[in-house]
Amino acid sequence: MKLVTAVIKPHKWEDVREALETFGVTGMTVSEVSGYGRQKGHTEVYRGAEYDIALVPKIRIEIVVDDDDADDIVGIVVKTAQTGRIGDGKVWVSPVETVIRVRTGDKDEAAL
Amino acid sequence: MDGYYAFMLVATALVLMMTVPALALFYGGMSRSKSVLNMMMMSYIAAAIVGILYVAVGWSMGFGGDAESGGTFFADPTALLWLDTVTTDSYVFVMFQMTFAIITVALISGAVADRMKFSAWVLFVPLWALLCYFPMAHMVFSCTADSLICGRIGAQDYAGGTAVHINAGVAALVLVLLLGKRVGWPREQMRPHNLTLTMLGAGLLWFGWYGFNVGSIVFTGATDEENIAQFFSETGRTFANTTLATMAAILGWLLIERLLHGKATSLGAASGIVAGLVAITPAAGAVDIEGAVAIGLIAGAVCAWAVSLKYKLGYDDSLDVVGVHLVGGIVGTVLIGVFSTADGAGGVDGLLYGGGAGSLGDQALGVLVAIVFSGVITAIIGLAIKFTLGLRIAEEDEVEGIDFVEHGETAYDLHSGMGGGGGGGKTGVLGTQPVTSEGAHA
Repeated sequence: MKLVTAVIKPHKWEDVREALETFGVTGMTVSEVSGYGRQKGHTEVYRGAEYDIALVPKIRIEIVVDDDDADDIVGIVVKTAQTGRIGDGKVWVSPVETVIRVRTGDKDEAAL
Repeated sequence: MDGYYAFMLVATALVLMMTVPALALFYGGMSRSKSVLNMMMMSYIAAAIVGILYVAVGWSMGFGGDAESGGTFFADPTALLWLDTVTTDSYVFVMFQMTFAIITVALISGAVADRMKFSAWVLFVPLWALLCYFPMAHMVFSCTADSLICGRIGAQDYAGGTAVHINAGVAALVLVLLLGKRVGWPREQMRPHNLTLTMLGAGLLWFGWYGFNVGSIVFTGATDEENIAQFFSETGRTFANTTLATMAAILGWLLIERLLHGKATSLGAASGIVAGLVAITPAAGAVDIEGAVAIGLIAGAVCAWAVSLKYKLGYDDSLDVVGVHLVGGIVGTVLIGVFSTADGAGGVDGLLYGGGAGSLGDQALGVLVAIVFSGVITAIIGLAIKFTLGLRIAEEDEVEGIDFVEHGETAYDLHSGMGGGGGGGKTGVLGTQPVTSEGAHA
C-alpha cells in the first residue's frame, strides 16, 4: 500500500476531486494548509504599511491506495492540478505498513 | 419647530448608532481575529457607562450654568444633577449630547487594541468622561461668555472638531505612550482581520454622521419664524457639506495611497470616509460647498500620509486614532479660518474670502487649548491607573489573545465546517490556539 500526498492550489481542488472520483477513488483526507516553496509569498499594503505574507494557502490531499494504483493517481493529480505556473504544488508517494478500518477492524487491502 | 424636534429624536438615535455598532464594526474589522470582541466591547461598555454618567452629572457640567456665567472650564456639576429641574421636553437635547460623550470616549479605544486590561478601560472611561470630555463639551458647545474655547477664544466648532476628535485623538496618543507597544510591533504582522466589517462600519458612520453634524444646529433667531428660516437654510448647508467633504476625502486618500503605495485600497476608502467626516465636523456650518470639498480633499490626503507617522516616531497607535481623528480634527478646525464665509454659521470670512488672519488665529488657539487640556488630563488619569490597577494585560495573555483572556470567548469558530469537529480557539477538541506568525489559525 502507498500513501499519496498532494499539495495543490486551492482553486484546483474541485477539478482534482472530480478526476479522482471518476478514476474510482472513494475517499480521501483533505486539509487546508499553508506554506511556501519557490512561489514565496506576496506583499499587501494596509494604510501604507507593507506586510510580507510569507505563507501561501494550499490544499493537502492524502489518499491510501493499492500499490498498483499509486502511479495512476499521481498522474491524475499532476494532470488536473497543473497550470504551468510557479506554485502548482507537489505530489509524493510513501510506503504504508498497515491500515486498519476502525469500524470493523479489517486490515490492510481489505481496509482500503 | 415641530419638525426640528422630530428630527432631533432621529438624529440622536443616529449618533448612538455611530458607536453601537458602527464604530465597533469599523475598529473590530481592523483588529486581529483574537482581539475583535474586546475591541467591540470597548465601544459597547463605553456607551453603557458614559450614558448613565452623562445623565447623572455630564449634562450639568456641560450646560448647568446660566447663559451669562457658566464657568470657564465647566458649569456647576450639581445644578442639574440627575436632570433635576430639567423638564422632559428637553430630554432629547440631553440624550443628543449624551451620544456625543459616548462616541468621543469610544473613539479612543482604537489606539489601545490587543493589550489594555478591560478593568482598566472600565475605570478609564468614566474618569476620562468626567474630567476631560464633560469640561471640553462645556468649553466648546455651551458657549457662554465665560466658556473657554467658544466664549473667550471665539473659535468656531460646529459639531466637535476640538471637543470630540482632537480631544479623543490626543487622549489616544497619551494612552498609547503610557501603555507601550504591542508585543512584536512593528516587526510582527498585525494586518486587519476582516475589512468587510470595516467597510460596513465606515458606511454606517457616514449615515450616522448626518445626525451628528446636521443635528448640531444652534438657533440664533429672536422669533420662531427666524428660527424656522435658519433651520431650513442651515440644515441644507450642513447636510451638503457633510456629504461633499466625505466624498472628496475618499478621493484624496485614495490618490495619495495610489501615488505612495501603488494601489487604491478598500481600507483607504473606509479611512477616507472617516477622515472627511472628522474634518468637516467643526466646519459643517461655516463653509460653503466649495470649501467643504477643499477641506475633504485636504483631510483625506493629509490623513493618508499621517497614518505612517507612527512607524517613523515609534508609537503604537494601533488603529490610527491619532492619524485620523487628531490630524483630521486639526485640519478641519484650523481650515475654518481659511475657508469660512460670512453667510455661514459663524458669520465671519476666512483668509481666502478677505477676512484676514483673525479667524485663523482664533481657530489655531482653540486647537492648541484643546490639545493641552486633553493631554494633561489624560496623562493624569492614565498615570493614576497605570500605578494602581495597571493598564496592560500580561505579555503571555496578549500573545494568546485578549478576547479569550478578558472575556472568555473567541469570535470565530472556523473549524466546524470541515468534519464537524470542535470549535476555534481554546474550545477546540485539540485545544488548538493561535501559534503561527499569521496571528490566528484559519
